[in-house]
Amino acid sequence: MTAQAEIERAEETEAMTVREAIRMGLREELERDEDVYLMGEDVGKFGGVLEVTSGLWEEFGDERVRDTPISEAGFIGAATGAAATGTRPVAELMFSDFMGVSMEQIMNQMAKMRYMFGGKTEMPVTVRTTEGGGMGAASQHSGTVHAWIAHFPGLKAVAPGTAAAAKGLTKAAVRSDDPVFVFENKMIYEQQGEVPTDEEFTVPLGEAAVEREGEDVTVVATQRLVGESLQTADSLADDVSVEVIDVRSLYPLDTETIADSVRKTGRLVVADESPLSYGVHAEIVSRVQEEAFFSLDAPIQRIGTPDTHMPFSPPLEQEVLPDGDDVREAIELIT
Amino acid sequence: MADYTLETEEGRREALRRMLTIREFDSTAGDYFADGEIPGFVHLYIGEEAVGVGACAALEPDDYIASTHRGHGHCIAKGLDPKLMMAELFGKQDGYCNGKGGSMHIADVDSGMLGANGIVGAGPPLATGAALSIDYDDREQVAVGFLGDGAVAQGQVHEAINLAATWDLPAVFVVENNRYGEGTPVEEQHNVDDLSDTAGAYDIPGVTVDGMDVTAVAEAVEEARKRARDGDGPTIVEAETYRYRGHYEGDEQPYRDEDEIEKWKEQDPIDRFSELLVDRGELTEEELKELRDEIEAEIEEAVEYAQDAPLPDPSEAYEDMFAEMPPEIERFASQARADGGSLGGDRR
Repeated sequence: MTAQAEIERAEETEAMTVREAIRMGLREELERDEDVYLMGEDVGKFGGVLEVTSGLWEEFGDERVRDTPISEAGFIGAATGAAATGTRPVAELMFSDFMGVSMEQIMNQMAKMRYMFGGKTEMPVTVRTTEGGGMGAASQHSGTVHAWIAHFPGLKAVAPGTAAAAKGLTKAAVRSDDPVFVFENKMIYEQQGEVPTDEEFTVPLGEAAVEREGEDVTVVATQRLVGESLQTADSLADDVSVEVIDVRSLYPLDTETIADSVRKTGRLVVADESPLSYGVHAEIVSRVQEEAFFSLDAPIQRIGTPDTHMPFSPPLEQEVLPDGDDVREAIELIT
Repeated sequence: MADYTLETEEGRREALRRMLTIREFDSTAGDYFADGEIPGFVHLYIGEEAVGVGACAALEPDDYIASTHRGHGHCIAKGLDPKLMMAELFGKQDGYCNGKGGSMHIADVDSGMLGANGIVGAGPPLATGAALSIDYDDREQVAVGFLGDGAVAQGQVHEAINLAATWDLPAVFVVENNRYGEGTPVEEQHNVDDLSDTAGAYDIPGVTVDGMDVTAVAEAVEEARKRARDGDGPTIVEAETYRYRGHYEGDEQPYRDEDEIEKWKEQDPIDRFSELLVDRGELTEEELKELRDEIEAEIEEAVEYAQDAPLPDPSEAYEDMFAEMPPEIERFASQARADGGSLGGDRR
């Protein structure tokens, strides 16, 4: 389904930012299910360092919106143990760069317990975290690490590019009985979009969305690069018809929607802020060549961070941060 | 009411039975591992029986425990079935984890056993999480995190205890100080005299007890459980014990000598407890022999059960990754299911 069709199907929508959409999703899930609670560093009184959970502590109180010590291994591990014993924690890792501190519990406990135990435990835990460069936060607060999680068996990973996807994926993550990581790009928290207000609206894990239909080239994008690709597509509209897909769910990945589009356009640009080597781009390219090799009319192009860390100084950061101009150049190269 | 408690004659008899069962189970597992019938590797609990049994004697049946790589003893102490345990060690479909876990990952969440764990120090955060669920839901349980002396040096153990202490969660941390972290003596891994001294960092009680004395362990954990249930937060109970076997089966143990092992065996927890029961007139030598024979037969039966149980179908490798199988795995699973037919019934 196209994203437009998804929005049109909704009875009521409201314009709001990605930040507000995530907050709305969290609030609705907290109201819907008493087993759900939030935990993380400064998610409560402070409202989250990037204000995503602002107001929820006032509404739901200490028990359900819990400030943790600065202790990522401890509280991610506790969320894992809690999910195995009957509650549904939603943990926030303030910046995805901090994931390394908690990686043991993520990779060896959260991801493996259901499997190692022969399916005899549920693991309904959600981990929300922020990613991405663009605000001068330097190398330890700007990383894009979602390929680690999407790569690791036993974990699901989503990365919304629009406000509607942000709400719908957040809710689907909380409702899932599997561990789901929600990767929020911090540069699009202020991005506006129409969001279904229906409390039952979710975006199923594993479904991409066609955000803009086109005939000549497919841009498969994630997070901030979805919006930038849409702008680029509009700016090129007189010369080339660009289809833009928001991947939304990194794992499971909606191979079908992407392959269908490439069968139609014959050309593909993959745009994701991860470092280029061994990552999301490579996975999408592989699946497309498996499914639609004979439909390809040109080499697939990849737009990502060129295997550097995110530097601090603005001209350095802008040099390596992929953007709509990079997408335009890639489109022009193959059309 | 607990499964068994050291406060009654019947309960003490049950505690002795479980200690003997652990020893027989692990001796037997060691033998079958040496014969090559048990794949992978095994870490045996022999010598440490009083710790697991003492701790679990102080618990209620629905309390949680998070175990270690040396987990067989915790399983039996918590009441898991040796037949299903042995089947798991043999990699069989009927094992606790359908053969997916093995010795290092035996679990039975429904019995409150949150898993043996191959990562040193990974259990305490899980115990803190179970305690968080208990607290969040206002349930009457506690969660016990077992850890070895080596794990006390792990960062995530500190984070877990700090979180449990800060939130006054109903958790208990039982440190099994068996004198060696893998092959390195405890003195070379820690700067404190007693590992329970670390409790001071969290302003919680820390006690060190004789881990070769099941009663001493049970009393300390009972006190810790009471404190946890009263809403006063966790306790660290250090039990000083000793493993008679190597870190893993096949460990040549260049780090210690036979004299040291023999000296600890003079404190054997099963001998001490059975002698106590005999002295108190609760058990005769004859009854003890009968009990040993009964357990020997029970473990023999467990081995037969494990040997006779079917191996998992190869297609089972694709099950249980997620609540719902994603297409990425489904394409392999369906192929394996299609291939599985050719194996017929001969999967033993």
